Amino acid sequence: MAAEIIRLVDVTKVYGSGDATVRAVDGVSLRVQEGEFVAVMGPSGSGKSTLMHILGCLDVPTSGEYLFAGEDVARMNERELASIRNRRIGFVFQQFHLLSSMSAWRNVELPLLYRAARDRKQMALNALAQVGLSARVQHRPNQLSGGQQQRVAIARALVTTPTMILADEPTGNLDSKSSREVLDILTGLNKSGHTIVLITHDPNVASVAARVVEMADGHIQDRVAA
Amino acid sequence: MSLLRTFDTGMRGLLGHRLRSILTTLGILFGVAAVICTVGIGTASADSVNSRIAALGTNLLTVSPGSSTSTFGVRGGSGSANTLTMEDVAGLEDKADVPDVAAVAPVVQGTATLVSSSSNWSTTVQGSTSGWLTANARTLSEGAFFTQKQVTEHAQVVVLGQTTAAELGATVGSQVSISGAPFEVIGLLTSSGSTGFTNNDDLAVVPLTTAQDQITGGSPDSVQRILLSATSSTTIGSAYLEADQLLLQTHHITNSASADFNITSASTLASTAASVTTTLTILLASVAAISLLVGGIGVMNIMLVSVTERTQEIGLRKALGATPRDLLRQFLIEAATLSFVGGVLGVGAALLAGFLVPRLANIAVTITATPVIIAVAVAAGVGLIFGVYPAARAARLAPIAALRSE
Repeated sequence: MAAEIIRLVDVTKVYGSGDATVRAVDGVSLRVQEGEFVAVMGPSGSGKSTLMHILGCLDVPTSGEYLFAGEDVARMNERELASIRNRRIGFVFQQFHLLSSMSAWRNVELPLLYRAARDRKQMALNALAQVGLSARVQHRPNQLSGGQQQRVAIARALVTTPTMILADEPTGNLDSKSSREVLDILTGLNKSGHTIVLITHDPNVASVAARVVEMADGHIQDRVAA
Repeated sequence: MSLLRTFDTGMRGLLGHRLRSILTTLGILFGVAAVICTVGIGTASADSVNSRIAALGTNLLTVSPGSSTSTFGVRGGSGSANTLTMEDVAGLEDKADVPDVAAVAPVVQGTATLVSSSSNWSTTVQGSTSGWLTANARTLSEGAFFTQKQVTEHAQVVVLGQTTAAELGATVGSQVSISGAPFEVIGLLTSSGSTGFTNNDDLAVVPLTTAQDQITGGSPDSVQRILLSATSSTTIGSAYLEADQLLLQTHHITNSASADFNITSASTLASTAASVTTTLTILLASVAAISLLVGGIGVMNIMLVSVTERTQEIGLRKALGATPRDLLRQFLIEAATLSFVGGVLGVGAALLAGFLVPRLANIAVTITATPVIIAVAVAAGVGLIFGVYPAARAARLAPIAALRSE
């Protein structure tokens, strides 16, 4: 039986206070098993970004329970959260967020700097090979196309062999051909055993996932794709 | 994250943003160099002004007969009642009692007509000893001053001021007669300008004994005044006290208020010197403070801008697992390196300027340790504080807020 990666129970995130209170995530419960490919889909303002922050341990819920691979994340302090993010989660962002001053492999190496790791360069090169960029390791981000930059970002997410890859609108800044490439890579990674959670507003993008969680007004509606 | 790896990360951060690193370093460099150079030029000017004032004789003390009280100013007689004797002079020449007095010169003075082969000229004639030159802080442009031996021998020799020599058409070796007696000109004083209404270049100096014989008359044992020069302008106070003490003792006076002599310094000069030095010091301090402020603000701006610019990077690093401590260390190392390199280059630039400026322009630069230390400390301190403080604040931001910042 596959291990449970994510277990959200009645999670609520409230911003602001008094009349300006916003319940961005309101009583959400969600379970994700190891090896799943889940898409969280919803229009902007549906609370999917806030949910992504909580899932990615970038933020803690106001109330509710969040177990990440058995660890109680909801009550962790900043250092413990940083450690969870480093060891267990690989992020892929819409804006890539590569450091422009560094070559591709230095960018991929970045998360390894914050943990004990030997052969960091070799690990970075392996990750770049996995996304088909072995020929571009010395290139700076501005010497790469958008699709290539996002692949570097995926390699950076992969390099730590995370428990889960969390992709936030990974195709939001890409043309359709590059989007296809990126989604193919994610699908491939899922096939080879990686757990992937994909956040998107686009039903076409969500359709690559085996399971789509629709989100609206802070609530979710879970359905398994046909 | 290990320290070595943090160092590596910091260095790569610097190399990755070459322009920013160079600008920050330049900011610190110019800040430091500007402070050191302006203070250096100021110090050199102050030294030069002080040495010129010292050359005018601020070390000079004059002992004259008479008395003074603190409330009523000068009172008592002088001139006719000469209370100063050669015994006093001998006492003052004894180094053991007055260690801060460098030279002693008793003076008798009168007015006489000097006659040369071509003209005649009426001027002040001073009779003194070989210490006159030092006690007045004067030098000779030509010839020699009379010796102690010539004083003892009542020699018929004279040293002339530039104006007097010019009026008489006399040079070293010529003969002039003073009050009818023949004198040989053995030296000419270097010009020293005027003090108030006194032309320091219009006078004749002859041996004390000769003057007493032929010009001023009076007892060979009494003198009109005694000139003293302190060993330096800083010891003038102690020289004053030593001389005062000694004369009170030799005159058997217990109450200094009833002293029969009066010691004055070249007071206008001394107070002028003091106020000039004070003004220069204030000027220097303000120039240095302004340079430091300008340099500091420059460094601060670059640091603040660069940290703001890097908030996204901070957010990303946090998302990837950097702790606030990791980030703080990275920025600390970056800022410390820039400050250190900038500081060292700044001192180097200042030393280079200190070497070149006096050779290219006629401006003296005296580089001392204090401004170097203060300038480097302030520039490095400002670099560190404004490099680290905003970074520390950004490191505490939620990673997602930092990532989203533009």
